[in-house]
Amino acid sequence: MNRIKHWVKSFTLWELLLGLKLTGRYLFKRKITIQFPEEKTPVSNRFRGLHALRRYANGEERCIACKLCEAVCPALAITIDAEPRDDGSRRTTRYEIDLFKCIYCGFCEESCPVDSIVETDIMHYHFENRGENIMSKPMLLAIGDKYEDDIAKAREQDAPYR
Amino acid sequence: MWNDVLALIWIVIKILIIVLPLMGAVAYLTLAERKIIGYMQCRIGPNRVGIRGIGQPLADGLKLFLKEIIVPSKANAYLFILAPVLTIAPALAAWAVIPFNQDWVLSNINAGLLYALAMTSLGVYGILMAGWASNSKYAFLGALRSAAQIISYEIAMGFALVGVLIAANSANLQDIVLRQSGGFFHWFWLPLLPLFVVYWIAGLAETNRHPFDLAEGESEIVAGFHVEYSGITFAVFFLAEYANMIFISALASIMFLGGWLSPFEGVPLLGSLFAWVPGIVWFVTKIAFFLFLYIWIRATLPRYRYDQVMRLGWKILIPVTIVWIVVASLAVELHVGPWFNY
Repeated sequence: MNRIKHWVKSFTLWELLLGLKLTGRYLFKRKITIQFPEEKTPVSNRFRGLHALRRYANGEERCIACKLCEAVCPALAITIDAEPRDDGSRRTTRYEIDLFKCIYCGFCEESCPVDSIVETDIMHYHFENRGENIMSKPMLLAIGDKYEDDIAKAREQDAPYR
Repeated sequence: MWNDVLALIWIVIKILIIVLPLMGAVAYLTLAERKIIGYMQCRIGPNRVGIRGIGQPLADGLKLFLKEIIVPSKANAYLFILAPVLTIAPALAAWAVIPFNQDWVLSNINAGLLYALAMTSLGVYGILMAGWASNSKYAFLGALRSAAQIISYEIAMGFALVGVLIAANSANLQDIVLRQSGGFFHWFWLPLLPLFVVYWIAGLAETNRHPFDLAEGESEIVAGFHVEYSGITFAVFFLAEYANMIFISALASIMFLGGWLSPFEGVPLLGSLFAWVPGIVWFVTKIAFFLFLYIWIRATLPRYRYDQVMRLGWKILIPVTIVWIVVASLAVELHVGPWFNY
């Protein structure tokens, strides 16, 4: 009986017609293409992209050179040198992240006691010359200054879940 | 003398009238294919060149035209260049016998069906030659596969055509169409349904289309017989493949769907309502239907394994056609139904 069924099915091209029906249905389904440069997919507020160093509202940099991020970094991408500043507070003189080493795990952000180093949702960046992969302290601060509003908003949205 | 020249010019004009729209159709068939497959995969396909991608074929053509033709140093340059020409020439020459409407045919020869079969078979020489002349193992494998496949399916296709021959009692394509006049259910697709299906499957294999595109097999042998081709030589292979697709579709609609005949013929109200529509419109509509089927099947089915292709061709399609030739012969002999009561 099964053999007859199989025989009839294969000679009427039954499975093939079922397949055609499926693709035929998809022909009229809504298309889900995102036109990339004009349209973008939504980004999570936990997205871990390019790094930034933040400042307090009064303009003082947050980083206190505790070096927790340097210690926790699994890829050893962070290098920090620190010295007391003129006013006696402890600050970094050098804060560098090698983006070729970085694995974007977000541990630096997790470990930071003052929410200084953060990973923003910037993902479209590139390097044109050797050495540009090393993000220095002024560069990181500049990114932080430029995108402070977005960064703060993303942290605020995520705050209830931490 | 002067009359001969005029006749010659007239023939050239007729050829151009066939070939130029055909080239346009090929160009836009590539766009239609990409669009339809895109739609079936929930994408929208090319949409950057012109409005909704309408200029895409032109851009592709221009790109291929401007690219360098690379002849591999180990290749046989003469045959390498000759191969695409040998592929496109029969693909275009086959169109000579296609009747687009009553008496709209370049050469109304009596063995039209045989000529069409011969021309579609000749295309394989170009593919073989391309694969051999490239001196590349992938190209060679592709050519071997293509040769074996086309020879196998030629037989099934030939037998399917024999069925049509018996049913129509003529090898002239125009006669075959006229024999089917009388409306949708008088066409040969109904009495020759198994042959119709076999012809269509063999047609897919003959044009190296999915699911029988083992000659190309991009996931196994890169691009098969045309790996080494670039620029306009590659474009010519593509042109030939798509021209063959359209040709197989045209032949299918002539033999099984009544060519230029209206499907509403003989239906009380609709018949007179659509009587003004020129035959070529019906013909093109039928071709378009088959082309859509080509693309639809491509979007649906995965590629056959090689032994499966051979099994299908030799152990299923050929027996089916032989059985149905006997059935069709009996039906003709007994003057069955509305089809054979002449």
